[in-house]
Amino acid sequence: MALRIDYTHSLRAYDADVRLTVPPGETLALVGPSGAGKTTTLRVVAGLVRPDRGVVSVDGETWLDTVRRVDWPPERRRVGYLFQEYALFPHLNVSDNIRFGAARETSVDELLERFRIAPLAKARVRDLSGGERQRVALARALARRPTTLLLDEPLSALDAHTKVGVRVQLHEILRDLGLPTILVTHDYEDAAALADRVGVIVDGVIVQEGRAADLVARPRNSFVASLTGASLLLGTAVAACDGLTEIVLDTGGSAWSTDAETGRVALAVQPWEVAIGRATPDDSSLNHLRGAITSIVPHSNRARVRVGDLVAEISASSLERLGLQEGDVVVASFKATAARLLPLGR
Amino acid sequence: MLVVATGAALLFLVLPVVAIFARVPPDELLAALGTDAAKDALLVTAETNLISMILILLFGTPAAYWIATRTSRLRDAVVTLVELPLVLPPAVAGIGLLAAFGRLGLLGGTMDTLGIDIAFTQVAVILAVTFVASPFYLRTAVAAYEGIDPTLPAAARTLGAGPGRVFARIAIPLAGAGLGAGAALAFARGIGEFGATIMFAGSLQGTTQTLSLAIYEQFDLSFVVALAISAVLVAISGTVLLSVKLLTRWRSGSTTPIPFAPTTPTSG
Repeated sequence: MALRIDYTHSLRAYDADVRLTVPPGETLALVGPSGAGKTTTLRVVAGLVRPDRGVVSVDGETWLDTVRRVDWPPERRRVGYLFQEYALFPHLNVSDNIRFGAARETSVDELLERFRIAPLAKARVRDLSGGERQRVALARALARRPTTLLLDEPLSALDAHTKVGVRVQLHEILRDLGLPTILVTHDYEDAAALADRVGVIVDGVIVQEGRAADLVARPRNSFVASLTGASLLLGTAVAACDGLTEIVLDTGGSAWSTDAETGRVALAVQPWEVAIGRATPDDSSLNHLRGAITSIVPHSNRARVRVGDLVAEISASSLERLGLQEGDVVVASFKATAARLLPLGR
Repeated sequence: MLVVATGAALLFLVLPVVAIFARVPPDELLAALGTDAAKDALLVTAETNLISMILILLFGTPAAYWIATRTSRLRDAVVTLVELPLVLPPAVAGIGLLAAFGRLGLLGGTMDTLGIDIAFTQVAVILAVTFVASPFYLRTAVAAYEGIDPTLPAAARTLGAGPGRVFARIAIPLAGAGLGAGAALAFARGIGEFGATIMFAGSLQGTTQTLSLAIYEQFDLSFVVALAISAVLVAISGTVLLSVKLLTRWRSGSTTPIPFAPTTPTSG
């Protein structure tokens, strides 16, 4: 049975107004800037925050209904809450942490085995690495036999090296559990890797919801586009011939898109759509922007090359073949079909 | 110049303490402790302070938790009330206790009809000690509870622990070092209690005469006995000071933030 949330709650800067349904076995990622209401949503589900108005139900059980004056205390709600930075109890060892909330039918030893932390059973929390802490925290949350999972930035406390491996494991665990899961992250890559659906939350409101790939392909506005990793070029769109739109860029020059739009727009283009060359290529791409490389960030077998406002993702071998260096003047090219025209805003 | 000033200050502070031990040979001090006045005072102090500390811990430990978990404004008001006895002159505390519990005091009539008379009894000593010492414990305990990372009790709640279990299994252990330091401070204040006790409970040897009161009385009768009792109090105070230092160090060690925790702001 699904997790259903519908609440409004006034926060310092704005009112959060969130409606979500997460079916069992689905992971929904809430993505947005800090202070957007992501953690508040988790806390409302867990009963740690009482919203001004709202309903929370899981598995047909109503945990909160402000109209009917239902408000279960957190200890009655069967949530598995993975806190940011994990909130392990520093005065208890690993197995006592897991045992703290364990249901009667839970075997702590089995959990220790399953999460490959059995050798650490008697270890003190402060002696654990980031990845180990995360596994202990997850085991502790699952020992409760929760009916819903809430994960608050489960990967942000890990270094980049550990993160990718942990992410794969976490994805498998979530798939095996089959619980309705809400995952909060500010990292779109994590959201895309772990979640079936992504909700972009800004100032307490979900501005767009869909599969990760859909949000990349059809972002609702410039904010969603930039969150998915797209580069933004700001300008004014004017109608041109042949079904093309010309965008007069604020930074000078023009770009073309197959999207129909007029007025102030953001042109969004994903890094993998942008090619880098020493000279203007003679190919099908209509958009060529010349500029100096401001940064090159290697990323496993690829590299992200920044030219002005554009980021291009190219293979490490291309980077080597072209011998690109920071400061080199290059041409960044992308096709008009890859240029999304979006309204500005959040 | 700085060295001279520091030297002078240290000498001034340490000299009286050293003088207690230096004035009379140690064997004479030990012998003086064998006098009835000294033995009675030790016993009275031990009994009254033990009961007082039990009361302070029993009521203070949950009360401080309640205060620490209130919203800021209510908390500040309650903490100020609790701190009042700290800044009160001891004579005022004695008068206040008399005005409340004395025969002619606010509760005097009620206690009289119930047949309770605490004047010049150990109950009066315990009340005086508890009154002046408990704020030390409460204040330190409130601060200790407030030093707990709030996500830990929250995590315990989501793991099925009700407020009582969170208090017993999370709050008390995590605030343990601070609670210990607060208890030590309250104890040190309690055994040194003088002004309120002498006004409220009197100084009857074997009943209400504590170590501090005995020093005052022996100072007229036998200076050596006064010195011997003082030496005992110096030893106790020194031990308390040392244990508070060790506890605070241990506490700062045990609540060191998780080394892997990033300093990113929590998302809203």
